[in-house]
Amino acid sequence: MEAKDIIKPENLVYQKSRLMSDATFNFCPGCGHGVVVRTIAEVIEEMGIEHDVVGISPVGCSVFLYDFYKFDVVEAAHGRACAVATGIKRVIPEKYVFTYQGDGDLAAIGTAETMHACNRGENIVIVFINNGIYGMTGGQMAPTTLEGMKTTTCPRGRDVKTMGYPLNITPLLAQLDGVHYVTRHSVHTPANVRKLKKALRQAFENQRDKKGTSIVEVVSNCNSGWGLSPKAANDWMVENMFKKYPLGDMKVDGKIVMDMNLPR
Amino acid sequence: MEKEFKLMKGNEAIAEAAIRAGADAFYGYPITPQTEVMEYLMEVDAESRTGMVVLQAESEVSAINMVYGAAATGHRVLTSSSSPGISLMSEGISYLAGAELPCLLINVSRGGPGLGTIQPSQADYFQTVKGGGHGDYKLLTLAPSSVQEMADFIAEGFDLAFKYRNPVMILSDGALGQMMEKIVLPEQRPRLAEYPDWATNGTPEGKERRFVTSLNLLPQQHEMVNIRLQEKYRAMEAEEVRYEMIDCEDAEYIIVAFGIIARIAQKSIELARAKGHKIGLFRPITLYPFPTKEITALAEENRVKGLMSVELNAGQMIEDIRLAVEGRKPVGFFGRLGGMVPSPEEIENALYKEFNL
Repeated sequence: MEAKDIIKPENLVYQKSRLMSDATFNFCPGCGHGVVVRTIAEVIEEMGIEHDVVGISPVGCSVFLYDFYKFDVVEAAHGRACAVATGIKRVIPEKYVFTYQGDGDLAAIGTAETMHACNRGENIVIVFINNGIYGMTGGQMAPTTLEGMKTTTCPRGRDVKTMGYPLNITPLLAQLDGVHYVTRHSVHTPANVRKLKKALRQAFENQRDKKGTSIVEVVSNCNSGWGLSPKAANDWMVENMFKKYPLGDMKVDGKIVMDMNLPR
Repeated sequence: MEKEFKLMKGNEAIAEAAIRAGADAFYGYPITPQTEVMEYLMEVDAESRTGMVVLQAESEVSAINMVYGAAATGHRVLTSSSSPGISLMSEGISYLAGAELPCLLINVSRGGPGLGTIQPSQADYFQTVKGGGHGDYKLLTLAPSSVQEMADFIAEGFDLAFKYRNPVMILSDGALGQMMEKIVLPEQRPRLAEYPDWATNGTPEGKERRFVTSLNLLPQQHEMVNIRLQEKYRAMEAEEVRYEMIDCEDAEYIIVAFGIIARIAQKSIELARAKGHKIGLFRPITLYPFPTKEITALAEENRVKGLMSVELNAGQMIEDIRLAVEGRKPVGFFGRLGGMVPSPEEIENALYKEFNL
């Protein structure tokens, strides 16, 4: 059997979303970003809303989103994605607006913008990549960096006494009245990717139905920033990141569904 | 159509003129002495009149980024603030200039540095025309000197912003913002019905998608972007210089002043002329582009013996005047600082002292 006998429409099991460009990802091999980026494209394609969507790519590994998508994208200053999203959504409320933010962007420099956009219940989708590190700048400590975890700005490990505690921000955001949906996922297995896709679909449908803010967090790896192979990074993530940032729904249909007594 | 007159504060005039200019959105944060702008927009319910969005942000940082978002969708959007707030917005202003997004910014400026005072000042001249934020960019800057101009420059500012895809700044001050004058209200014009091709408001079917960014990792590419920006600024310098000359035809000495202090200096030249001194007033209306050629031409006149910059700061615009005069004539300076505003007589006497009249 030759390749031409295999490459046939009836044998097709997967293809790239037509909303993805041919640009090469700037993400490191093994990084979860690429999976999340294309999953968003698949959801937008399946919902048929690509002519009514504006994405926002703030500073960080997320900044080149506009290279990868074939729909309108606005690049934003570091931390300001939720303010930019607000500015856009308020003048074109009938369109879909989403942000794609890293942990430094959403939970450090952009905490105020995130918190207040959520508190106003801005009818947007926030996709939040939590990999516990600043990837783009080469592996510095993020607000979400775990206790004891080593980065270039905490080379002996995060000392919570002087550097503060890992900031678990989504459960905080879930408690705001304007927030309708908060959920946490990962993309380290195909099953998890399918769950993420379902959650993203839910988030965009919430926006369609004018429900308020939807937040989809993805606990992801940064194998180069963590100094691990892709496989070892995913194993480390499951063992360590998921303990501090357990997967699952936190708020559904405007109701908190997480156990607030659990260590979150 | 019959003219509509109204007695208004400068800040209220800004707000009313914004509604009438067909603005799509205002995003702002309260700060003295410009808070009445948003208060007025809320009080008269701008949204019910034209559908204009008015939103109080959680900070000036957020407000300017909301402006950035709405500007990226091709809508007419403005914000207003005062000096410390403009400092906070400076990052966003640089991004707006870098991404070539049109918007209207208003600084009802106050005395600095730091928390300073809430009284009028022109100490933000450098911040406005020399940068403020990072990078080689320029804000087309209009300097009103009456409540009427506060209103008139709104629609004009929006049109200039869209003409050049560049932020436009109206640099006023606490006195202009707070004082009341009778003005002719501008006519109501419609909000935009169509948006520019570059606007990222959802890719229309059959069209190429759009994106807005100020990022170029390749220096070769980014130099080209910068060159294009500079070409745009040269076009503004060629096309958009605005100024006013009062009694300059026979003047031997010329006061150069902008904004509120030009209003006061107008009285000073009247007082001096009554005593037989031939004094004129040159008022730059655009601070960038600066009326360099016009000031050079005045300095070249044989009858002109000197110029004096009068400012509510320690001497900022005087640097641009000196660059225009290029040593042809002496350039004097008189300024008050930290929110103090001189009387017409103080300016008159400063002129006599400067030039031994």
